[in-house]
Amino acid sequence: MDVLLEAQDLRKHFGALKAVDGISLTVKKGEVLGFLGPNGAGKTTTMKMLTGFLAPTSGKAIVCGETISTGNVKARGRIGYLPEGAPLYGDMITRDFLMFIAQAHGIEGDEARDVVESAAGAVHLHNVMEQRIETLSKGFKRRVGLAAAILHAPDVLILDEPTDGLDPNQKHEVRRLIEAMSVDRAIIISTHILEEVDALCHRAVIINKGRIVADGTPSELRARSKYRNAVTMLVPLAEAEKAASALKSIRMVAKVEAASEGDFMRLTVLSRDNADIADAVGDIAAVSNWKVSQFSVEAGRLDDVFRQVTEGQ
Amino acid sequence: MSSMKTILKREFSSYFATPVAYVFLVIFLVLQGLFTFYIGQFYAREQADLVSFFTYQPWLYLFLMPAIAMRLWAEERKSGTLELLLTLPVPVGAVVVGKYLAAVAFAGVALLFTLPIWITVNWLGTPDNGVILTGYIGSLLMASAYLAIGSALSATTKNQVVAFILAISVCFLFLVSGLPMVLDLFTGWAPEGIVLAVANFSFLTHFDNLQKGVVSFADVFYFIAVIAFWLWVNRIVIESKREAG
Repeated sequence: MDVLLEAQDLRKHFGALKAVDGISLTVKKGEVLGFLGPNGAGKTTTMKMLTGFLAPTSGKAIVCGETISTGNVKARGRIGYLPEGAPLYGDMITRDFLMFIAQAHGIEGDEARDVVESAAGAVHLHNVMEQRIETLSKGFKRRVGLAAAILHAPDVLILDEPTDGLDPNQKHEVRRLIEAMSVDRAIIISTHILEEVDALCHRAVIINKGRIVADGTPSELRARSKYRNAVTMLVPLAEAEKAASALKSIRMVAKVEAASEGDFMRLTVLSRDNADIADAVGDIAAVSNWKVSQFSVEAGRLDDVFRQVTEGQ
Repeated sequence: MSSMKTILKREFSSYFATPVAYVFLVIFLVLQGLFTFYIGQFYAREQADLVSFFTYQPWLYLFLMPAIAMRLWAEERKSGTLELLLTLPVPVGAVVVGKYLAAVAFAGVALLFTLPIWITVNWLGTPDNGVILTGYIGSLLMASAYLAIGSALSATTKNQVVAFILAISVCFLFLVSGLPMVLDLFTGWAPEGIVLAVANFSFLTHFDNLQKGVVSFADVFYFIAVIAFWLWVNRIVIESKREAG
């Protein structure tokens, strides 16, 4: 597959603060890369460098063979960018705004009208085309920003927290749009919402303090969780204590976590070194004749991995 | 070039997106009329010229041009659209010039609305229309110089009011350096060359020449140099502010 966007050892220092401290990554055609990290990890700064808004202190970013810089207009034309919070000209009418963006990309006349129509169609803006942007709801504003980012059919889409501040329905809608757009593009989405990664991304990069701390597919990342291969089950409250101590006696069990749910207790059995303990736990449950329900094996938890790689240590 | 036109067009129409433009035009015309007819004694002078019209413009523009320029960049920085604007495939220079020319065009429109006074004076007498034309050219050049200062200073802050006050202060310096009260500070001790240099630094000196119907290369060049300098400053400020966020 073709690499459309590449960052080579990007660094950005603001005085003594190393906001981005050596980030390298590649995004291929058709790939949606989730860019994760706690607030202040350097996600937005990295994206500003990838879009040519900020000049890197060192390192470089390349889009379709063009080095991105604050002066390289050609490189900027290959990128569609939705800045954090999707800033827009509030006093403009949606259609005028999109026409302005089209013309700024050098698209003129009828062609400009066509691309505006099709971008507006893609994000379902038809009903608000003649409305002032500042009167639109947050969800619609975000869509206007998305339309502006995609109307020149860029090879690379860079979206900074595209679903931040939207309600669950709007989030779902925006994700569907991004999915539809990903077919022949490379897309980077920054987010601190982990469900987004599962819903959207083919690959996720977690950064912390300006450095990459994890890089892999969502399932690969999940596999690093201490909950990988953990077994959860629901047992009646009366049997819970007995069950927990019995489970702890299994050699491969590291820990048993308990959380009460009404008349039941949810037991989460963590294994040592993520070993497969489902059979062992199942056997002991059967032998002891507990009334087990909702028995399941966990694939691992992203939020757990996220904390693991971005906290302390 | 075409990308600059795109920026210019958007910026110019944004003046009219809110009632601000119309309020501004009305205030400009009312004040201009007050200065011309009451303070300038247009009728009492019984002269077929627009001297009383142009004389007070440097002072009128001192407040009105910074008002036109103050939102140019401060607004973009405040709302975050600066990031949107500067990540479009448009060179920074074209953005700076495009936005600036939009402000100049708006000032030009305001000036066009004063044409009735020119018609009036032609109806009442037979003025020297050549002098009036150079007067208008001088007026637009001076307005443009004020706007270049205002535009650059608008980029230094996210707050339009601060931009407005900064611009008035700097424009004021450019204005008063030609007045006797400032020049007197120098005449006592400084060599004539320096006094002349300070006087030459002023908008007034150069504007006066154009009002008298004298189009000298030096005066036109002066205004163009001031504009070019401040647009250059504008660009540098933008480049440094984008780093600061």
